[in-house]
Amino acid sequence: MIVVQEQDFDLQHEYAALRQDCPSIGAIVTFVGLMRDFNDGDNVKSLFLEHYAGMTENVLADIVEKAKSRWNLQAVRIIHRVGNLLPSDQIVFVGVSSAHRGDAFSACEFIMDFLKTQAPFWKREQTEQGGRWVDARRSDEDSAQRWEK
Amino acid sequence: MLKLLFFARLREDLGTHEETLELPEGVTSVAALREFLCRRGDNWQTALHRPGLFVAVGQQVAGWETPLQGDEEVAFFPPVTGG
Repeated sequence: MIVVQEQDFDLQHEYAALRQDCPSIGAIVTFVGLMRDFNDGDNVKSLFLEHYAGMTENVLADIVEKAKSRWNLQAVRIIHRVGNLLPSDQIVFVGVSSAHRGDAFSACEFIMDFLKTQAPFWKREQTEQGGRWVDARRSDEDSAQRWEK
Repeated sequence: MLKLLFFARLREDLGTHEETLELPEGVTSVAALREFLCRRGDNWQTALHRPGLFVAVGQQVAGWETPLQGDEEVAFFPPVTGG
């Protein structure tokens, strides 16, 4: 399941959906990304998230397929929010179920690393100095590249 | 008709998100389309030469030499920053 939405999401609901009707699952790993109130030394008051509807879902589906070909996974759920967000708001959810924890941990991290570097989302921060588009980080690129090794 | 899309900083720099365009005479690739658009003015020249600029054709990230037939969706955008 891959969803891009403005509304918030409920972790318990997503966890329950991953858990239901599958006794062969031995592990569920979930990740939630939150909005910070600081970035590059400035206080961030709010965030606007834009995306490329259509392409976003295709890229995320492709990342999930790559993860499934690499690890033994039962199910993957991704929710990414767009629109206006405030500090402490949830931005992104990735949940992975698998027979074994090793596969679930690795796949969850792999999906987040590629989501950050390939999925067409863009953040615009509102700070006390005004608005600015967030620059891509070299460290995110490095995180994704380590999976190529 | 080509459908052109611009996102994030590019959308702001160019003051437009979407337009349709008849494939211009002599434009056969994404690179040539970019050069055609750059002739519209300094803001286009600057925006479409920002470091790390991406282009997607048919919603797939594409190289600059990708050929164009004239009925594609072509999107220009800066490096992505979701998550």
